[in-house]
Amino acid sequence: MKITAEQVRYVADLANLHLTEDEVRKFQADLDEILVHFDRLNEVDTSRSDAMAQVLYEAEETATLRPDRPRPGLGTDLALANAPVAGAGYFKVPEVIKR
Amino acid sequence: MDIPALTIDQVQEGLRARRFSSVELTMAALQFAREENPKTNAYLTFSEERALRTARRVDEQLARGEDPGLLAGVPIAVKDVIVTKGVRTTCGSKLLANYVPPYDATAVERLEAAGGVIIGKTNCDEFAMGSSNENSAFGPVRNPHALDRVPGGSSGGSAAAVAQGTAVVALGSDTGGSIRQPASFCGVVGVTPTYGRVSRYGLTAFASSLDHIGPFGRNVRDAALLLNVIAGRDPLDSTSAEAPVPDYLAHLDGDIKGLKLGLPHEYLKDLTSETGDLISKAIDQLKRLGCEVRDISLPATDYAIACYYVIATAEASSNLARYDGVRYTFRAASSESLSDMYRKTRGEGFGAECKRRIMLGTYVLSAGYYDAYYLKAQKVRALIARDFTNAFAEVDAIVAPVSPFPAFKIGEKIDDPMAMYLSDIYTITGDLAGIPCMSVPCGKTAEGLPVGLQILAKHFDEARMFRLADAFERAGGAQN
Repeated sequence: MKITAEQVRYVADLANLHLTEDEVRKFQADLDEILVHFDRLNEVDTSRSDAMAQVLYEAEETATLRPDRPRPGLGTDLALANAPVAGAGYFKVPEVIKR
Repeated sequence: MDIPALTIDQVQEGLRARRFSSVELTMAALQFAREENPKTNAYLTFSEERALRTARRVDEQLARGEDPGLLAGVPIAVKDVIVTKGVRTTCGSKLLANYVPPYDATAVERLEAAGGVIIGKTNCDEFAMGSSNENSAFGPVRNPHALDRVPGGSSGGSAAAVAQGTAVVALGSDTGGSIRQPASFCGVVGVTPTYGRVSRYGLTAFASSLDHIGPFGRNVRDAALLLNVIAGRDPLDSTSAEAPVPDYLAHLDGDIKGLKLGLPHEYLKDLTSETGDLISKAIDQLKRLGCEVRDISLPATDYAIACYYVIATAEASSNLARYDGVRYTFRAASSESLSDMYRKTRGEGFGAECKRRIMLGTYVLSAGYYDAYYLKAQKVRALIARDFTNAFAEVDAIVAPVSPFPAFKIGEKIDDPMAMYLSDIYTITGDLAGIPCMSVPCGKTAEGLPVGLQILAKHFDEARMFRLADAFERAGGAQN
């Protein structure tokens, strides 16, 4: 067993993800099978391999930079247009600190 | 006009000969797409207003004698993970069922600037996570060649729309095979360009080190032309490349004599007999056309699934953190606190596959596991990329199957996530290495299910890939 129900709940907590007890059972089984498959990575000798964080190809050094010039943003109305709850120019969320 | 068989060239010719106007074509294409859509569920939204606005502009430009662009009047479908200003963009998720983006993706802006008419947004696996299109919150897409089968995924709607003839070309996205696999299953051309070739500005992020936007077409020429329009540096995507974009169409000259092709034996092990036969016939065809085919080895392939699913889920767990009930339309009904609201919103909003991947990704990044999984997978990724570099020192391009099997039945694999992941084995390697790759129709099984031939090339060598695919297509694929 690579992962326990307790660990599944812990990971769901880290991910801010509410799971039902049925989902905890299902994901424990699914994750277990997948993590067993992941173990085959340990068969590979990577002692002479550098971690590849991004795709690398020949390019100029400045290729990823653009001129640092200000440009207009979306504006408050447009930025808030998809908010589930908005008001007074802000995104509204449930109370964080009790007054 | 024969809408389901239209090519980009025919649209251009028809407009310039005044056989139809762009508005007439757009209305006819929209009507046809609306009539046909119930069969496949390929479209989630039709963007009639926006389409007619572009079509009117094209007609006005033509009337004034101006050039409206390479894609003038062409009906185009766009995968619903690519944002369109003012047109609902759901990502196949309940979370974004009502999300109307405030801006356009760069690829969308470019194809419209070239006169392309976006007629609608296509169904896909939720946040592009899946290999069958069954993970959409808006129901599965059906394969136009066999309505009880999947179209592949995650760009299943775009592939089905092009196969069904409800769009001339389409945009999809590919992170682990999401363009090539559905192209193969639906019998159309699908292209995953070099990583960085097409700007991802406005592509909803799934796994940022692997995500690509790419074209679908009913022939190589149309797909190549669409790539010509959307490719190139974009200051709004720091990962987009400076490399100049060649005129791909100029390379479609049919001359592939003497091309050296590699056939990796690791990609031939688990094929169904019919897929294997078609790939063998394709190789024979390429030899007849003058290519030299040699056996090669890509030894790290066996570790590609594990490598990919560690990296892709890790990046996804981070990218999907933004869907927390604050900014993106959906929020769970009642919650007592902020953290309760986050948890319930995500628990109610995400479908099963997204949750599974968020869980996996969070797990492999969590304290104590990072080195064992994420760092290890990144090192294995370097080995997979090195395999390709070594191979391309000997050959000009690589040919392989796209998928071990043709389109499977809806429901066949949905309860077995590991089996579904394993079906991506031949497509994820190209994404991990960041090289251009594509699916070109090869032939059909006895049951009439399409099978695709995959072509992989060096970074930024799309021109050679297209030349090979075009010559193969002109020769009639494998079955001629």
